[in-house]
Amino acid sequence: MCMRVENHVILDVEKKVSPVEITVDGLVIEAYEGEPVLGALLNAGIKINRYTVKRHEPRGLFCGIGQCTDCAMVVDGVPNVRTCITPVKAGMVIKTQDGLSKGEA
Amino acid sequence: MLQEKDVVVVGAGPAGLAAAIEAGKAGASVLLVDLNLMAGGQLFKQIHKFFGSSAHHSGTRGFDIGKMLLQEAKDAGVEIWLGSAVIGLFPGMKVAIEKGLDGTKKEVITIQAKKIIVATGASENVIRFKGWTTPGVMGAGAAQTMVNVNHVKPGRKILMLGTGNVGLIVSYQLMQAGCQVVGLVEAAPKIGGYAVHAAKIKRAGVPIYMNHTIVEVKPGADGCVEKVIIAQVDEKFNPISGTEKEIEADTVTLAAGLKPSAELPKLMKCQYTFNGVFGGSIPLHNENMETSIEGIYVAGDTTGVEEANTALEEGKIAGIAAAQALGYIDAKVAEETKKEIWHRLVALRMGPFGERRLAEKEKIIAEYAMKIGAPVPEENMEGYDHVDN
Repeated sequence: MCMRVENHVILDVEKKVSPVEITVDGLVIEAYEGEPVLGALLNAGIKINRYTVKRHEPRGLFCGIGQCTDCAMVVDGVPNVRTCITPVKAGMVIKTQDGLSKGEA
Repeated sequence: MLQEKDVVVVGAGPAGLAAAIEAGKAGASVLLVDLNLMAGGQLFKQIHKFFGSSAHHSGTRGFDIGKMLLQEAKDAGVEIWLGSAVIGLFPGMKVAIEKGLDGTKKEVITIQAKKIIVATGASENVIRFKGWTTPGVMGAGAAQTMVNVNHVKPGRKILMLGTGNVGLIVSYQLMQAGCQVVGLVEAAPKIGGYAVHAAKIKRAGVPIYMNHTIVEVKPGADGCVEKVIIAQVDEKFNPISGTEKEIEADTVTLAAGLKPSAELPKLMKCQYTFNGVFGGSIPLHNENMETSIEGIYVAGDTTGVEEANTALEEGKIAGIAAAQALGYIDAKVAEETKKEIWHRLVALRMGPFGERRLAEKEKIIAEYAMKIGAPVPEENMEGYDHVDN
């Protein structure tokens, strides 16, 4: 499931570096260092980032610029990380956030 | 001892960058703060060529204007803090800044400013319908950020709500990125944006459902958007029963206008006015872009939703006015430059959309003159508590 933009008429979208690996709920996916975590997740077809506290409803990308917090996940043990403005680092471990996760740190 | 800066600019979009460049060029020490990891605000999402005159970068793509401004800011000696959020303004012109990324240790640094320029832009409006929180429903700006900045598609089959310029342009840009736009839905009987943008959509064979709205988004087994129910609306924009259509889509993008992000001046008790044309509640300001409180300036969409070029010009005025008040620019030169910029702003605020904004801007400045007259130093404000450090 590749959702990368390819062959764009205006933008230079060619990747000049090799991807790294990150883990999402135990699944290893490809990502590029420095891109937002959320971008790598969308490319892998992962659209749900967290579940709400009371009704356990799914939430995903909504504002994409760090304002709405709907894309918050547990990143390297730290909960409430806004994945749309958090850059990828090789080896990151990401988990879907359930309610007000306390994380593991 | 707090770190001191002549001017702190909040927001590194076109307005904030322009303000910082002008104040920096004049010789002021300037700190420009932005939440994002890259300066430029929304300019880097604008991959289309701008309209207007050559003085306003017509024919240049938004991201190229962004690059030019970043270089100018660097040349003007502007210090830029990215990944940094201004979390408070305090009496005595103190700016509290939270520095650091999510998931890392953050620190709060307080800067002693002489002048503060707030250029925090605007945020997208939301339309609520059954299922609007389903993953796959998002702001049109969010979808634009994904394709144009992050180079990843938010979905394969996209339904756009709204035919203002944002709805039209983002639809076209989603297609350029390789997404299928399955339709645009518009509650009004007329296209909201420019005909030239709508023509591109129509030529691509994408249906535009006029007098329609979204009634419901239905999630599939995976919990994400699978089907969208739209219906025709009556003259009061209520859905007409029996006119429902089902559209297959995995993504719904909302382009329902923007509202000014103008929270920070409220902390300094600046006076506000409501303006429908400009998208909501905005700080009252004068020809210097100064608010009711002396030394606090506003520029760009914070003062009413417009576009990048007007934001740039307003930012310049705020930067020049702040530097002038600090004695960095000769008053006569500053007054002449600001007058020229106001003339350019009049030229920008033309045409069917612009004229309304020009009239409203004049009303706001007149309201300021009537209610406030001249900006008040904050220590003369009612309820002012002096904080000793």
